[in-house]
Amino acid sequence: MAATSAATATAVAPSVSVTTRRPRFGVVSFPGSNCEQDAVNALRFIGYSAEFVWHRSTSLDGFDAIVLPGGFSYGDYLRCGAIARFSPVMEAVIAFADAGGPVIGFCNGFQVLTEAHLLPGCLIRNENLHFICKSVVLRVEDSTCEWVDLAPGTVTSLPVAHNEGNYTCDEATLARLRANHQVVLRYCEPDGSTALGGSAPNGATDDIAGICNEAGNVFGLMPHPERVTDGVNGQTQGAAFFTAIARRIERGVAR
Amino acid sequence: MKRYEIFVTGKEGIFDPAGEQSKRALANLGYQGIDELTIGKLIRLDVEDDVTEETVREMCRKLLANPVIEDFSITLLEEA
Repeated sequence: MAATSAATATAVAPSVSVTTRRPRFGVVSFPGSNCEQDAVNALRFIGYSAEFVWHRSTSLDGFDAIVLPGGFSYGDYLRCGAIARFSPVMEAVIAFADAGGPVIGFCNGFQVLTEAHLLPGCLIRNENLHFICKSVVLRVEDSTCEWVDLAPGTVTSLPVAHNEGNYTCDEATLARLRANHQVVLRYCEPDGSTALGGSAPNGATDDIAGICNEAGNVFGLMPHPERVTDGVNGQTQGAAFFTAIARRIERGVAR
Repeated sequence: MKRYEIFVTGKEGIFDPAGEQSKRALANLGYQGIDELTIGKLIRLDVEDDVTEETVREMCRKLLANPVIEDFSITLLEEA
């Protein structure tokens, strides 16, 4: 009985359709990563297979999708993500992404993706110099991103925890991001609007919280969907950032 | 052996939060007439003689600076 009530107390996992192939996620572990266990837990909770990939690994064989987790890879030395970008595993990640393989990076993972030039722009120090750790409101934009299972215009909330989340790029890049529908998530007000002067807590250009590459298979975002997926803190909205790509994998359309 | 000093600075137009806050802090201390304050990095690199400046430039482009947000300059300090 106790087990039943505990199960009902936690929110139910998003329904997973009958699978022909159980999606297998590889979660990269850099020295200094600290969200890889959360990511593995979240993905397993939804019902997918998730395994750690050591940063020295040079092969991603057998994985359907790759996760670059949050944390402080290599102590954030030099620049966030700058040294992780040259980890042996990153050569394989870049080849995987170039071949159309789905890659998601949140927080430090996003920083690694920009340093690896898999995503344009850069994440610099928060405008107010504070480490920001709180839940933020986000608006899902109309993008080509293959990862998001939410309709454009949806307002959701996710936790952020970062010191360098201030997305920056030049005018030409911003114009390209907009024209190609690569802006996936924007910080916004609770009603989905944008405040005068912007809604980003960190000073991000154009309130950008997440972007994808032109093809839509590589997705980087500062918020942490993996922290609000398995329901341990009463929240499961993060699952919507993994289910869409998993369905594509199940149907054999990803890659 | 020779020594290179590499200065990495924020690109023109890229916001420098640390520089901006430090400028404000100086103003709060009563210092006037500060037009601009930017914060960058100094990297000191001691290398064998056969390491060319072109190689050092490549190191900067690849790793030591991020060309998206940073400029760098290289100065050769001493040659043995």
